[in-house]
Amino acid sequence: MGYRFDFGAVFDRAPELFWGSLGTLGLAFAGMLLALVIGILGVAARTSKTRWVRAPVIAFVEVVRNTPFLVQIFFIYFALPLMGIRLNPTVTAIIALGINGGAYAIEIIRGGVESISKGQIEAGFALGLHKADVFRLVVLKPALRAIYPSLTSQFVMLTLTTSVCTSIAAYELTSAAQRIESDTFRSFEVYFTVTAIYLVISSLMMGIFALISRSYFNYPTR
Amino acid sequence: MGPIGENELFFILQGLKWTVLLAVIGFIGGGVFGILIALARTSKHQFARLASSGYIALFQGTPLLMQLFVVYYGVALLGIDVNAWVAVAIAFTLHASAFLGEIWRGSIEAVPKGQTEAANALGLHYVSRMKDVVLPQALKISMPATIGFLVQLIKGTSLAAIVGFIELTRAGQIISNQTYRPLLVFGIVGIIYFMICWPLSHVGSGLEKRMAKAAR
Repeated sequence: MGYRFDFGAVFDRAPELFWGSLGTLGLAFAGMLLALVIGILGVAARTSKTRWVRAPVIAFVEVVRNTPFLVQIFFIYFALPLMGIRLNPTVTAIIALGINGGAYAIEIIRGGVESISKGQIEAGFALGLHKADVFRLVVLKPALRAIYPSLTSQFVMLTLTTSVCTSIAAYELTSAAQRIESDTFRSFEVYFTVTAIYLVISSLMMGIFALISRSYFNYPTR
Repeated sequence: MGPIGENELFFILQGLKWTVLLAVIGFIGGGVFGILIALARTSKHQFARLASSGYIALFQGTPLLMQLFVVYYGVALLGIDVNAWVAVAIAFTLHASAFLGEIWRGSIEAVPKGQTEAANALGLHYVSRMKDVVLPQALKISMPATIGFLVQLIKGTSLAAIVGFIELTRAGQIISNQTYRPLLVFGIVGIIYFMICWPLSHVGSGLEKRMAKAAR
């Protein structure tokens, strides 16, 4: 054994860990937004009557869900410059996260939309509700409630996935950890501390998501 | 730019071998520990429940990449002289056991309570009750989610590349650096992962649909 832990060397770099954490949160939220947009557009296309609109979306979902994020981010990182698009690593990472999360979001949102039965919508109209109210109260809110648990746990997973973005040198917590490690050689201490920070971030996110759910979706269904 | 010839493809397939091996080890090791975690999670003893739920929360709440780093350097600190291979295999086993434990906890709880009560009424012990009555049914219920996690695990082994382990993705990276053909190489690597994961995903969702129909 004989190894002396030295967490001091890590705590000296606390500001870097702080900014790295903000980078992680920034990547996560931007990625989530993009994933939501892709998810909603994807579901609209996925439920289209035209086969040629549906098929590419189905293929997109299958390919993204059955290949590793690391391979996806490398592919995007090298493909964009070939298409004449030069972006910094952070933006590239957000695009990769959005595409990855978007594929999962399409599947989750589709499940929610399909969970609304036609009879329920007809019942809404029969009660004399406006079209907008039917959409808001009979379609949107129950659908959101149905997808909320899977969508938010997918978001927590996306936040943890941001750590892989260190591979293209995006600015986030893991890349900060790797810089500190190469300066201090305190590998275990650095990664142990950073793992704890990730645990705090994901626990906070889960707590906030649960609070939102309790205040917004807290109504009886039967 | 260099050509992608037989040698390059062979190197990538060598990487594939390690990817498959890592996934198999993680799945089997994770399966063995996962059963224990699931049993602890559903046991009468409060301490076992608390400890196992903490274990699950820890592994589900932190990135797999960090788990790899911590175990990789942690094992070295213990003074055990192991190669990268063993450290990475341990990390995947721990990771998989937490996720499989949580999946199987759900399946054990999904087995109707009457089954446990009937087993108790027949005078069966805990071991026999679990082994002969509850777990066989739970296993069937858990199949779609278990296969789904296997796909996640196979994709997850790609992160061993960042720790410096030469599996499929790292092999692709090396060839990409040699030949300056990143798109072709990562395209090939992606297709290989897809060819492994896609059939598995389909088996999983097929089982899920069949079970949903049977439940109706």
